[in-house]
Parts: sequence; C-alpha cells; structure tokens
Amino acid sequence: MDLSFYTEQLIPALNRGLMMSLMLIIPAAGCGLFFGVIIGTLRAIGRPIVRNLTNAYSALFRGTPLVVQLFVLYFGLPNIGIYLSPYSAALLGFILCSSAYHSEYIRGGLLSIKRGQLSAAQALGFSTFKTMVHIIVPQAIRRALPGCGNEVIYLIKYSSLAYIITCIELTGEGKIIATKYFKFTEVFLFIGLYYLIMVTVTTVGLKWLEKKLYIPGFGHH
Amino acid sequence: MENVSKILGGKEILKSVSLNLNRGDLKVLIGPSGGGKSTLLQCINYLIPPDSGRILLEGKDVHIHNKQELYGFRQQVGMIFQDFNLFDHLNALDNVTIALRKVKKINKSDAKKRAMIELNKVGVADKADLYPAQLSGGQKQRVSIARALAMDPKIMLLDEPTSALDPELIGEVLAVILKLAKGGMTMLMATHQIGFIKNLADEIVFMEQGKIIEQGRPTDLMDPRAGTRVFDFCSKLNELNEDIR
Repeated sequence: MDLSFYTEQLIPALNRGLMMSLMLIIPAAGCGLFFGVIIGTLRAIGRPIVRNLTNAYSALFRGTPLVVQLFVLYFGLPNIGIYLSPYSAALLGFILCSSAYHSEYIRGGLLSIKRGQLSAAQALGFSTFKTMVHIIVPQAIRRALPGCGNEVIYLIKYSSLAYIITCIELTGEGKIIATKYFKFTEVFLFIGLYYLIMVTVTTVGLKWLEKKLYIPGFGHH
Repeated sequence: MENVSKILGGKEILKSVSLNLNRGDLKVLIGPSGGGKSTLLQCINYLIPPDSGRILLEGKDVHIHNKQELYGFRQQVGMIFQDFNLFDHLNALDNVTIALRKVKKINKSDAKKRAMIELNKVGVADKADLYPAQLSGGQKQRVSIARALAMDPKIMLLDEPTSALDPELIGEVLAVILKLAKGGMTMLMATHQIGFIKNLADEIVFMEQGKIIEQGRPTDLMDPRAGTRVFDFCSKLNELNEDIR
C-alpha cells in the first residue's frame, strides 16, 4: 500500500476541503436558524399577506432541488447582472434552503404553544413583539430543537453540493484527487468518514445544547 | 364599563352589559357556564376587544388603537386565569420578574427584590427556583397572583381562579384572595365558591345568556325568601357539593 498517497496527497487535500466545508456549514447553520426563526414566526402569526409571501418562499425552497437553486444562483443570476463568487452563491443557497426547512420546524413549535401563554403576556402589558421574543419563541425553539438539529445534520451533508458550482470543498477536493489518481473507492470512503465525524461531533453538540436548554416540562428526560 | 357588547362566532355573548366597581370593591360574577362571565372579564382588559361600549378606568377611556395606551392600560389591570397560564419556560421567580423587566423596564436586581416580596406574600417564596411543571396547581395559581400583584394593578380580574384545582388546594388560593380583599384590592371575580361569596363579596353579579340578571348584596340575593335566580343557583351548587361529600 502506498502510504505517501494518503499522507502527502489525500489528507492535506481533504483537510483543505474540510476548512472550506466548515466555512460554508457554520455560517449557513447560524444564519439559516436565525432567518428560519423569523420566517417560521411570520408564517405562524404574520398578517395574511406576510404569511402568504413567507409560505410561498418556503414552498419554493422546499419544493425544488438544492442543485437547481444553486445553479440558478450561480449561473442564472448573471443574466440579470448579479455576479456571485462560487463561495457566496453556495453559502446563500444553503442559507435560503436551510431557513425554509427551519421555518417549518419553528412553525410547528409555535403552533404547539398554548394560547394561554399569549393571553397571560398580553394581560401583563407585553406588546405583540415582546410577547413573541420573550415568551413564545423561547418555548417554540425548545420544542423545535430536535427538528432544527436534524436540519443542521442535513446541511452538513448537502454542503457537498457546493463543488458542483465550483466552490471546492471537501467533496470537491476529494473528487479532484480521485480523478487524478484514479482511486475512487479509497478517496470516497475517506470523504464519507470525514462527514461521519462532522455529523457525530454535531450530534454530541446538539445533545449538549438540548441538555443545557432543558427545562422541566419540556420533553422527557 | 358601559353597554359592552360582543358577538363571537355569530352568537351574541354579551348583550349591552354595564357594570361599575368602586375602589376596594370585591364583586363576584356567578352564573351558568356559557353565560358570558369569562368573555366579560376578557373584554375589560381587551384580550377580547368588545364590539361596542366603553371601558373606563378611573373615569378614563382607553383608545385601543393607540397600542402604547392599550399596553399601559393592561399593566394596571391584573388578570388571573382558570388554568394559571404561567410561562412554562421560566421558573417561579422569573415568571414574576419578566414583566417587571421587559414591560416596566425595572432593572434586574430591583425586579428580583420586588418579585420575592410578592412571592413571599402568597407563600411560595421557597419555590422561587422551581419551574411551573414542578409546582402543584395551588402553587401555580399563587405564583400567577404574585405575577399580577407585582405590576401594582389598580384592579384584579379573576376568572374562576380555583376551578382547575383539586379540592384540597382550593383553600390555599382562596386564603390569598381573601388577604387581597382585606388589603383593599379592587377585584372582579368569576367563581363557583359559594361559601366564599357569601362571606366576602360586596356584591353578587349574576350573569346568564350574556346579560346581568341580578345584582346586589349577597345577604339580600341569597335570602331564601328573596326568590332570586341567585338563590336557586347557589342551592343547586350546594346540593352538588353535599353529594360529593
């Protein structure tokens, strides 16, 4: 077995790719969740027009393949004079897609909150906005957390689509090496292992977060 | 309140109801379920905005289209719910402090001090760190009373505060309400606790089908010779209670 292929070619390339993957995944997860909360809230309690718009957004991004979305962002937008770098296009695509999925989990969490929580806050003089920020959303997020965690794990894996629009991340780097040395099996097993490690670390992190946010009465422990 | 009406789902729930409370009054709303008691209470602080009529607090009208004015008004009207409605994600202490901090903009340590005073008043200061899911019904309702009191309300609306409680827990909540009444709090309370009504209420207001049918002092209305709806209603409740015993 040629060990130098691994130590000198594959691993350095994959590590480089891993960095790019993390630069996609981490901001996409953070922004995706942030916008997902806002969009999910608007979908659940917004005025009818806002609700229709945000529902349409969610239907569009949950209803079309991510590859198509990335192609439109990278190859389609230049037609109307908007040029995005491969990295920006990929990141934007992931945020848009992830927000749409998060919004669905958040919406479900919001709908599970009893109406009395709203009445109690309003009776104390909370504005609608403050009621959402301080009372309803903190509860909804706890209820939505397992679903949102699931979405982050999906995100880690669909980030591998970035290389299709020439943003060379983990899968992209691996594919270049695999093609060059014609070692598809070894390379893709390694790539798989990298993703498995990322997902495992994330799962542990999410467990920790769930524990940290745990409040008696929310879920079973 | 003057001539308050409300139509919900095509049904007239409140039919031009007028009611007056003086400072320090404890008036009790009784009557069959579906008679409009709950709707009436929720109209007073605009949780359910009335279709017509006016609500005056210390002679002043509220313009509900001015949101700030509405929020300010609600701060002066405490509300206690049948099913407590404590904020499930906050412990007992934070249930009381959150409105002080976020609505009244009081700093954290002052809010905490004030909250502890109120929790102490209702006898649950030792439960300050516990979450609603860890409290009994009676404790939850007492925390919710502390939460309302901390806002310094001018009047308290109580919507069947003991109806969701086990019989042995009713006493501890009634004792707190009694203390409030003796302290001169103005209160309007819907309840089925006849004994409580008889001894404490300044006035009974009997509601049925969206209207106030009878209104007066408990001794007058509950007199068997008076032949009132109140008397019939209360004796039925009493019979029921005795059956249970």
